[in-house]
Amino acid sequence: MADLSIDIRTLIKRHGATLAVDHVTLGVRRGEFFSILGPSGAGKSSLLRMLAGFETPDSGEIFIDGQLMAGVPPNRRPVNLVFQSYALFPHLSVAGNVAFGLEMKRIPRGEIEARVAATLELVQMGDKRDRRPGQLSGGEQQRVALARALVNRPAVVLLDEPLAALDQQLRQQMQVELKSIQAQVGITFVCVTHHQEEALALSDRLAVMHQGQVVQVGRPQDLYESPATHFVAQFIGTSNELRGTLRDPHVGQAILTCDHPGLSGKVRVAMPSDLQSGAAVALILRPERVRLASNGEGTAFDNAVPGTVEALRYLGSGWRCVVRITEQIAWTIHLPNHANGLVPWKVGDPVSVQWNVSDGTVLPLP
Amino acid sequence: MMAPSAIARKARKEADGNATAWLLAPGVLWTVFFCLLPLSVIFLVSCATRGTYGGIVWDFSLDNYRDLLHALYGRIFGQSLLLASLTTIICLAMGFPLAYYIARLSPRRQAVWLVLVMVPFWTNFLVRTYAWIFILRTEGLMNTVLLKLGLISAPIEILYSNTAVVLGLVYGYLPFMILPLYAAIERVDRSLIEAAWDLYADRWSVFRRVLVPLTKPGIVAGCVLVFIPSLGAFITPDLLGGARSMMVGNLIQHEYLIARDWPLGSALSMVLMALVMGAMIWYFRAQSAADGKRRAS
Repeated sequence: MADLSIDIRTLIKRHGATLAVDHVTLGVRRGEFFSILGPSGAGKSSLLRMLAGFETPDSGEIFIDGQLMAGVPPNRRPVNLVFQSYALFPHLSVAGNVAFGLEMKRIPRGEIEARVAATLELVQMGDKRDRRPGQLSGGEQQRVALARALVNRPAVVLLDEPLAALDQQLRQQMQVELKSIQAQVGITFVCVTHHQEEALALSDRLAVMHQGQVVQVGRPQDLYESPATHFVAQFIGTSNELRGTLRDPHVGQAILTCDHPGLSGKVRVAMPSDLQSGAAVALILRPERVRLASNGEGTAFDNAVPGTVEALRYLGSGWRCVVRITEQIAWTIHLPNHANGLVPWKVGDPVSVQWNVSDGTVLPLP
Repeated sequence: MMAPSAIARKARKEADGNATAWLLAPGVLWTVFFCLLPLSVIFLVSCATRGTYGGIVWDFSLDNYRDLLHALYGRIFGQSLLLASLTTIICLAMGFPLAYYIARLSPRRQAVWLVLVMVPFWTNFLVRTYAWIFILRTEGLMNTVLLKLGLISAPIEILYSNTAVVLGLVYGYLPFMILPLYAAIERVDRSLIEAAWDLYADRWSVFRRVLVPLTKPGIVAGCVLVFIPSLGAFITPDLLGGARSMMVGNLIQHEYLIARDWPLGSALSMVLMALVMGAMIWYFRAQSAADGKRRAS
């Protein structure tokens, strides 16, 4: 397919006895910001190193820009890697670092000068071109590392945990910049990260990896709204969970009988078409999909569960409220700020937690 | 009147000063008594003349230095510089790959390899050099094995030549090259090598553009540690070299012990030292000039 920058087919990589990358098939479209998200040890770094050419797959194929990469060393691949530690050459100036790739490709001197200057402007480092990496802050080093990759105009820029080494505030700022730079240059970015907020904020699409496998690929909203597995639901965003067994399926709905002690009453859920009655499942509810009402009021919602307000935190845009439902279960609920920051409850109040069948996602438990 | 804290500070400063003096004293005294003093004596002797029966006649003149301008001495100095340079280059060329290999091993294996590099030091250098005679001589180990294997038809006459001297010097001083190189390479972040590779550099470019600049202090240290003792070597050329392989070290030894011309030997020593110091000063000057230029551009 011509519109794919990266086409990975049933890639396998073993590290000793473990499958670091387990039958991964993945396509990254031209010009998109694609993230590979997973906890550490999920195999995402190994995947990235195989894309860059530092590791060799045990089987499977990688095509970059339609070219099969088998046996192609890193210096012949149309990709450039932004290292997690930045790996800037300490003996070269900022401009020297950025020019390195072009010099290796034997680009004429004049063109190197022009491209280095333009790329340093793009990352707002034009005034620091003669500094040494040791004289730069973390954020500045990050920009130089990015410029060093971008200046070569590769088919794909690979980023290994690009913002991990930065402090929280700088992280937020660099997220915005990274995204806008990518949009400006139009080069395909593939970013490996374990930071789910970052991945959601940056990516056009992302793949979630778990134990060497790609569990789900999609846009951030797809992964958040309709996670394919229990792992994805838990890993992406905050999720409130109710575990139980499916009973009495009837016209697309079923009853969830909960295993949790202290939780009586039936919970109505959507019946997934691929599950049978009696299946062990988890109901996943996002914090903003659940409403609170004072205990005892009538409800227009499909489900209502009693609980107690345990904590309230004011966020400006609303309130983050923790409601204790049983001894084991406490849910996080996001209350929008409707009127002057007022919230009708205080810690210790009994409340009713309510939601509709369509607000939840039912996923089989492994 | 001083405030109590000021007095305490002054007292502490004096105590610090005393401690510094006591810690420095052994090193300073050692240097003065065993380096500077003998050196001064040698310089004075180099300005004296040889007595008829080998003693020293204390009449100040620079005649010894003038005598050194003779072409014979120039040839021996030139030969020494050549053999020492050759030794340094060969040690660097052989030491770098080995040091790189060791630096990339697991810490446990690194320790094993480093011990292996240092094992020869556990035996006397003179004894080890004699061993080379047994290996290299016409009926020696090397020729016997090569003849038996049929790789050569006549023994290789290698002993008592410049080749044997360089061989012996490389053997003796290779560890002095490997150890500083290893220390320098071990400190280089592996991701820098990968970054260069990722940025289209082939092996040679990675070596020349990244590895060499980053390990330069180790390279310089290794070269200095090999070049200087090679230049002044006398055991190796004495045992392995022929009549034509005389180096400055042998010449000095000859003047002192055989010719009993201490003044001339002293003058030779002073010139050798001046040469080494001159070369080092020139190198560091050139180095800092190049650094300055690079920083300015």
